[in-house]
Amino acid sequence: MSENNITFSIEKLNVWYGEKHILKDNTTLLQKQQITAMIGPSGCGKSTFIRCLNRMNDFIPNFRHTGAVLFENQDIYRADMNPIEVRLRIGMVFQKPNPFPKSIYDNITYGPRLCGIRKENELDEIVERSLIAAALWAEVKDNLHHSALALSGGQQQRLCIARALAVEPEVLLLDEPCSALDPIATAKIEELLIEIKKTHTVVMVTHNMQQAARVSDQTGFFLMGELIEFGKTSTIFTNPRDQRTEDYITGRYG
Amino acid sequence: MMLQTKKLTLRQRERSLVRQTIANRLFIAAALFALFIALATLVILVVNILIDGLPRLSLDFLTAYPSRKAERAGILAPLVGTIYMIGLTALFAFPLGVAAAIHLEEFAEKNRFSKIVEIAIANLAGIPSIVYGLLGLGLFVRLLHLERSLLSGALTMSLLILPIIIMTAREALRTVPNTIREGSYALGASRWQTVRYQVFPLALPGILTGTILALSRAIGETAPLIMIGALTYIPFLPDGLFSPFTVLPIQIFNWVSRPQQAFAINAAAGIIVLLVILISMNAIAIWLRNKYQKMQNW
Repeated sequence: MSENNITFSIEKLNVWYGEKHILKDNTTLLQKQQITAMIGPSGCGKSTFIRCLNRMNDFIPNFRHTGAVLFENQDIYRADMNPIEVRLRIGMVFQKPNPFPKSIYDNITYGPRLCGIRKENELDEIVERSLIAAALWAEVKDNLHHSALALSGGQQQRLCIARALAVEPEVLLLDEPCSALDPIATAKIEELLIEIKKTHTVVMVTHNMQQAARVSDQTGFFLMGELIEFGKTSTIFTNPRDQRTEDYITGRYG
Repeated sequence: MMLQTKKLTLRQRERSLVRQTIANRLFIAAALFALFIALATLVILVVNILIDGLPRLSLDFLTAYPSRKAERAGILAPLVGTIYMIGLTALFAFPLGVAAAIHLEEFAEKNRFSKIVEIAIANLAGIPSIVYGLLGLGLFVRLLHLERSLLSGALTMSLLILPIIIMTAREALRTVPNTIREGSYALGASRWQTVRYQVFPLALPGILTGTILALSRAIGETAPLIMIGALTYIPFLPDGLFSPFTVLPIQIFNWVSRPQQAFAINAAAGIIVLLVILISMNAIAIWLRNKYQKMQNW
């Protein structure tokens, strides 16, 4: 693995919420332009982990961490790092689709507008490019100024992906992006992620092991805040090193 | 829970069912009765006032200054005084209250200090209005030498309704789902941008409703204004912030306390005017809420 293939290098990351020790000594490397899936039972810390990658945990009272999260060789938790810049470079999509109660167009242009882009034709271009990238353009191109809340759940989630892509991040984080969707919408998102990884690094949390097996290149298995095993998805699912990983993927854990 | 070992007989079940049905009906009857008492009181009051006051209402009544003769007295001065005072109160209390609510809800760290502030605000909302009157008298009238002016009255009223505005505005901000904030932050928005472009617009209908309801409480308040010395005999309109003034409830109180029947009728007519203002303010609150909600949900 050469040095410049690494997007994230996480070193001895510990996280506490108040007294609760959520993540314990996580150390791993996340590779560029690959899909990394984080699996594990509920409450194992995988969501906390992914939220550490773009400092979305900053808003949680009593959040505390030790260790380093190096993004392109810079610790994003360093005091002189601007969390806003971090989040611009590392986009995020959440478990429940959360479009703003505005039009499809305004949802996508929200981020670019905050960055100071005001020209109509530039914004139009961004909207089209983002929606094409999120495989939603064909479905909504005639209704750009309709409410985003009128879209189906799967469309809303793809809109959220388009919205995240609109600010041109280098990384896309997805926290259980398909858990609220039906299998057809899920399949569409999975297809889309495989397309997106050609240009972006993708890190996702998923409850669905088939999903991890289908789309990811790397898989990490979390248990009680520990990163038990991390490696190539094919290895993890066919020949795990750790007994606990095997127990989980064969369904002997919750 | 213990498992029931003996099965209920059919008879037992039937009897319990009958008992439940009776209890159910009794409860509905009691609730309806309570509702009837509340509504009947209101209807009797309003009808009574309408019978007394409606014949007295006229353009003259609305445009005349006070007079020692009941049939020539009007409510122009208190009506205009009320409108000025409420306008000023809104001007002071709305931005302050909303800003305080936004700070507490969106920016302040949740620690012991903010807990104490929260409790203090809730307590302030429950303090009798006469105490605010005393505060206004001491602070605005005496200490700041604002005298017995419209400004003193409006500032006192602002203090009185600030806690209510803060609490309702916080309530409204809290109804904005956190997923919206997260979505905004994840796109590189700052806290301020998130509040400005996402949270505040979504909370605005609730904030406006709360503010208007708080203002309509201020309209009916008499005690604090008597305290700071709003006069009853004002044969002119307020001509500035430092002008003496009076408001509708004080005028009504004054008329009611006179022995002559004719003044009681004037009071009834004044009450009708006050009620119309109150109902229209509440109607505006409902209209605003519906309008903004429609804009958000389409």
